[in-house]
Amino acid sequence: MQALLDNLDRLWAGFLTTLAMSVAAAVAATILGTILAAFRVSPLPPLRALGATYVQLVRNTPLTAVFFIVIFGLPAVDVTFQNFFIAAIVALSVYTAAFVCEVVRSGINSVSTGQAEAARAIGLTFGQSLRDVVLPQAFRSVVPPLGNLWIALVKNSAIAGGGFAVADIAQLAPSLARDNPAQVLAIFGGIALAYMVITVPSGIAVGVIERRTAILR
Amino acid sequence: MSSDQATRTKQPLVALAGVNKWFGDLQVLKDINLDIANGEVIVVIGPSGSGKSTLCRCINRLEGVQQGEIRLDGVLLPEEGKALARLRSEVGMVFQSFNLFAHKTILENVTLGPIKVRKVRKAEAEQRGRLLLERVGIAEQADKFPAQLSGGQQQRAAIARALAMEPKVLLFDEPTSALDPEMINEVLDVMTSLAREGMTMVVVTHEMGFARKAADRVVFMDHGKIVEEATPETFFTNPRSDRAKDFLSKILTH
Ligand SMILES: Nc1ncnc2c1ncn2[C@@H]1O[C@H](COP(=O)(O)OP(=O)(O)O)[C@@H](O)[C@H]1O
Ligand SMILES: [Mg+2]
Repeated sequence: MQALLDNLDRLWAGFLTTLAMSVAAAVAATILGTILAAFRVSPLPPLRALGATYVQLVRNTPLTAVFFIVIFGLPAVDVTFQNFFIAAIVALSVYTAAFVCEVVRSGINSVSTGQAEAARAIGLTFGQSLRDVVLPQAFRSVVPPLGNLWIALVKNSAIAGGGFAVADIAQLAPSLARDNPAQVLAIFGGIALAYMVITVPSGIAVGVIERRTAILR
Repeated sequence: MSSDQATRTKQPLVALAGVNKWFGDLQVLKDINLDIANGEVIVVIGPSGSGKSTLCRCINRLEGVQQGEIRLDGVLLPEEGKALARLRSEVGMVFQSFNLFAHKTILENVTLGPIKVRKVRKAEAEQRGRLLLERVGIAEQADKFPAQLSGGQQQRAAIARALAMEPKVLLFDEPTSALDPEMINEVLDVMTSLAREGMTMVVVTHEMGFARKAADRVVFMDHGKIVEEATPETFFTNPRSDRAKDFLSKILTH
């Protein structure tokens, strides 16, 4: 316990890094995943194929491998990122987007076909009908599973510190434990608690969003 | 009337020529030839599965056809993309199941098309939208969501949504079939007044009262073919084909 209290400043900095990384990746993954879902339901076969291939490739790759590819693989083809923090956000976003895509796509499929037909019948293009009619309804029906993905993402971000030199809260755990071997349990417990400070309120927020946006049917 | 308008009124507003359509191996429309004049009201009638809905859906190309030509105002329906979207904005459609946008208020349902497709300013679209809602008798429902309205009110909202685009022709696919009996008339009344005002309409319905009151022509379909075309009076009192006689005897028993 004392080890945690003595290092509150490092804990706070690590916590903020984890929070920033998670929020940035959640936003990017949600946008990218939604674009991929739009590809997957597009009338254009090449876009559909692109979306499906992305999902198959990324969903079946371990997250650690995605980190390795982004941090060590891409520089080999001259794609580099400013620092590990940015690279970690990219890896988390790329990975989570595949799952967001599938969740959003199931949301799109839950919207009755009559909605899209009515949208097309008043002259909206495919893109407009997706954006103004189908997606707003699709999102409302997938708030809980999307929330699960966001929470999983926060926890997955630990790989960045655990393995890839991002100074997040997960990176603190082993170094504090090395210096204070007698307090290992308290240290790891404290770190886990710090994640819950993000994930538990996120879960509550997701519940609120779900209730606020529910559509009368 | 200018000579330009005069020639335009002579050519049919909607023209189907030699239209054939299949779903897989099943032929759903068989050699359909149908001209619809500006201001004409056509009632399409026929047994379930005879292709009435498909005919409607082909006219605004919610379904494509494999053979034949469909023209609106002399122009072939575009294959896809922006041109097709523009065409659809000129052909209104009213569905059996209303299909109002569930996450939008009634007023937003009515203004979405004008704002997004016609690029009308929001305030102007809302002002016109409220007038349309008044016209179909649901002005006080403007700020409610579709699920808060009765079926009859929802269908009238759907008609207002279609009218907001100022379409050249309105398609109705069994607009009263999903309604409780006491709500059918409020929808038919709106449709009848539209017909009186000169709107070009294609109406799939078995409401004979409406057909007699409002239709210029009844088209009877069976197994994907147009079997008979006549004025409502002739069709209902003196059908020529055995299939029409048989069908009428069935719907007249209740
Ligand atoms: N999307 C579709 N795919 C396959 N068959 C269809 C489809 N839509 C309609 N059909 C078939 O086409 C025929 C005509 O249907 P429809 O136009 O809905 O008839 P109606 O409106 O007169 O009842 C029916 O046999 C129906 O089962
Ligand atoms: Mg039908």
